[in-house]
Order: sequence, then C-alpha cells, then structure tokens
Amino acid sequence: MKNFIPAVAIFAALVAGWEIYARQSGASAVLLPPPSAVAQYYLGAMKTGELLDASLVTMRRLTIGYFIGIALGIPLGMLTARFKLAHNTLGVIALGLQTLPSVCWVPLAILWFRLTETAMLFIVIMGTVWAVILATDHGIRQIPPLYREAALTMGSRGLHLWCRVLVPASLPHIVSGTKQGWAFAWRSLMAAEIYVTILGANGLGHLLHFGRELHAMDQVVGLMLLIIFIGFAADKVLFSPWERFLHRRWGLRES
Amino acid sequence: MSVATELSPPPPAKIRLSGVNKVFAGPRGNLTALQDIDLEIGDGEFVCFVGSSGCGKSTLLRIVAGLERDFTGDAEVDGNPIKEPGRDRTVMFQEHALFPWLDTMGNVLFGLKLKPGLTDHERKEVAHYYLQLVGLAGFERSAIHELSGGMKQRVALARALAPNPRVLLMDEPFAALDAMTREQLYGDIQAIHAARKQTILFVTHNVREAVCLGDRVLLFSPRPGRIRREFKVELPRPREFNDAALAALSREITNELKTILAIPAPGVVAA
Repeated sequence: MKNFIPAVAIFAALVAGWEIYARQSGASAVLLPPPSAVAQYYLGAMKTGELLDASLVTMRRLTIGYFIGIALGIPLGMLTARFKLAHNTLGVIALGLQTLPSVCWVPLAILWFRLTETAMLFIVIMGTVWAVILATDHGIRQIPPLYREAALTMGSRGLHLWCRVLVPASLPHIVSGTKQGWAFAWRSLMAAEIYVTILGANGLGHLLHFGRELHAMDQVVGLMLLIIFIGFAADKVLFSPWERFLHRRWGLRES
Repeated sequence: MSVATELSPPPPAKIRLSGVNKVFAGPRGNLTALQDIDLEIGDGEFVCFVGSSGCGKSTLLRIVAGLERDFTGDAEVDGNPIKEPGRDRTVMFQEHALFPWLDTMGNVLFGLKLKPGLTDHERKEVAHYYLQLVGLAGFERSAIHELSGGMKQRVALARALAPNPRVLLMDEPFAALDAMTREQLYGDIQAIHAARKQTILFVTHNVREAVCLGDRVLLFSPRPGRIRREFKVELPRPREFNDAALAALSREITNELKTILAIPAPGVVAA
C-alpha cells in the first residue's frame, strides 16, 4: 500500500503528460491519439456493444482452443515420457513445431477449415499444444525415481500411479508449460485475427485491423490497451491459484 | 475391517532368502552386488545390515521390498515368493521421499487410501493415531517443506507404519539427521517395535546404531556383497545409545568389520 499511491501518481502523470503533449505539439491524432480520444472511443464502442461482443468472441476462441490444447498436450506428454518410440517421434515433432509461430498455420488452416471458427481454434491449439507436451514430458522425466518407488511400496499402480503421483509430481513443470502455452496461444490468436478478417464474428484483433484501415488510431491504441488488460487479467485468473498452491506446498517462489 | 483391527499389530512375517545373487550390468562390465545370500529372519525380529557403501546391503533391502526384480535365487515372505512391492512391506528411505504436493496428513493417508475396506473417517482416524505416535499431532496441515529434517523423517515413519505393514524396511533412515534428533528417534523406533512387533530390516553404516536397535547385526563386505558375520545382541531393551555395554559391543563389532574389510576372505580370488 505504501508504494501503491506513488505508483498511481506516476501513472497519472504519464497519462497527463501524454495528453498535454498530444494537444500542444500539434501532432496529428493519427500519429499520436491523446488519451481523451481513446477514452471517447471506449465510450462509443461500449454503447454500440461492439467492444464487448469482440471481447467475448476473442475470449471464447482463446478459452476453448487453450483448454483443448491442454487436454491434448498433457496426455500426449505423458505418452512421450512413457514410451521411447513416442518420444523419438511425437517428441521430435513437438520440439520442431514449438519453434514455428502458430500464425504460420493460417494459410493451411483456411484451406482446410475455410473461414470458420474451427480455423481459429486450430491456430490457438497449434500455439498451445506443443509447449504443453514438452513441459509435461520434461516434468515427468525429472521426477525423482524415489517418488515412484515409495508409491509402489504403498500399493499404487497403473492409473493411480499416473494420476496421483507422476502428474502431481511434475506439476511445477506442467504449470510453467501451460503458462508458456497460454502466451503462445494469446499471441497467435491476435496475429490470426489481424491477418484473417473475413469471418462471421469479429474479435479484438479484427477491430484493431479495422482501426488501422480507417486510420482510427484512437481505436488501435484503445484495443492495444484492452488486449494488454485481458492478457494480464487472464494470467492472474488462470495461473495465480496454481502458483500460490506451488508456493505453499513446494515452497517455490512465485514468479 | 475397522480402526481397531487396523491399529492392532498384524501377524509378523518370516523372511527367507536363499542363494540370492544380484548382478548389475554396467558400461564397464558386470558388478556383482550380492553373492550367495542365505538368510532367515524370524517373526517380529529386528535385523540390522551393516557394511561400507557398495556392499549390497541396500540392494538386499530393495529385493525384499520388491523394488529389484532381476535377481536369482529365492526370496520369500511367509513362503510366498516376492514378485512386486506391496503394502505388507513398506519402506522408509534415506531421503524422506514425502510427496510435496500433499500436506503431512495427505502423505500419511496416501497408503491408507489404497487399502480397501475402510471408510474415509476411519482412514483419518488411523492417520491421526500414527501422527500422534511419532509426535506430530497438530502438524496435519503443514506443507512438507515447512518441516525440519527430523520431522520429515517422522512423517515418513508414520506414512510407512500407517498401512499396518508386517515388515518395515528402513534404508539408512536417520543418516541425514543430527545426533540429537537421531537419538530421540532410536527411542521412538524401539518403543514402536516393542508395541507392534513388526519384522524390521534396518540398513545402516553406523555399527553403534545397529547394536542399539537390532536383535541381530549382520556384517556385509563389498565386491561382491556378502554376509560375513552375524552378531546376536542380547542387551536389555529399551537400549540407550550411550550405554557402556552397548559401546563395548559396538567396538568389538567395528573391529571385526575392519578385519573383514582389510583381508579378503578365503576362496575369493581377485578377478
């Protein structure tokens, strides 16, 4: 709290400075829209419902794609950790495709799925799944053999061993892998939405793209700020509980 | 099954090993970890394995635990060949091996939850009993990393005891602890053994620890790992670690161990 007030004051001063500079310098509103113009855009876009609709469209794509990516990635990572053949095949594919920014999938995704929601989901999943596979695989491999042996002597076998020992033991890695997957998914979805404009529903990336086409930089800046805010909020909502849990049980530091 | 039967001592187990050999295949040839082990351990007996590192004492414990598969010879508990690990033979490891994703209570409950025929309430009652027994009542919700080294080993002991095993296997469980904590735990282990009469196999490199705890002390020599001598310890219980008679006997055994380690046994030809 002690540092909170000065921090707010500095941010307020920055916004005020930006406003004053934008007005005094006579710079075109296209080059540097003042905060008041951005606020005006927010008010207008809220009234038409355009902003809320776009946020919902984007969040829906992200959430569904992200969770499909995790639901696929964790079992596949378990597979590559367990079987040598899977590690040498799927593991190598995952390692390769993880380095490919998933927006590169856009041309193929449009050919395969046309201009549908499925194409967008596909791009988000491609952004998520490889990072999650690699993190799960790595997490399971680094489990001390002692945990497995201790569990075996207490009668744990098969599915119980996987679900109650091996997956929880690799939780720190899985959490950081899903966090990385989230970052990839979020960036790739924004890139795809800016890149692919003709779709039934407009997401935040599309609005940003339209702002560019209309030279409405107040809209572009407004959307940039909103995208930052959503990314930040999702990070807190999705990962803070897990990081608190890791911190409490493992004694790991929150990052 | 009920809490009462859960908490009453189970019939202790007899262990019989005969002609046990274990060879580890390494990159630079094979290493004979255990050679011709013949050993009978009676019901409720407390047996200590002593030897330098690499003498196969831990490997033998792991064979009884069912964690080592590729050995030759016979290993039986009550006449049944040992094929895999099981709740009737729980293990306490040198490193506590507690699960960090579970709290203290969750760790003690882990083995109990796998035991059929108990309600959740009964399992909790049993877990509470053992936490109390090792002096950790009130720490149920503590995270493992919050506990001291001695407390962690106590939780590990409670976790090993909770499924009511017939055999308790302890692999240098106190090696990483300070002397004060260790001496406390010697008292606790003896009290638990007196009350519950499990068969206990205890691996250590500390002769005095073995003499303090064991009914019998077996001396191992390395490369290949073999049992070279055995001593019956007939000192009255409970034994005090700093007792004079105990110190005298452990000195005698230590001298014996030194002799064994320095002079190769007759019939053993260097490879």
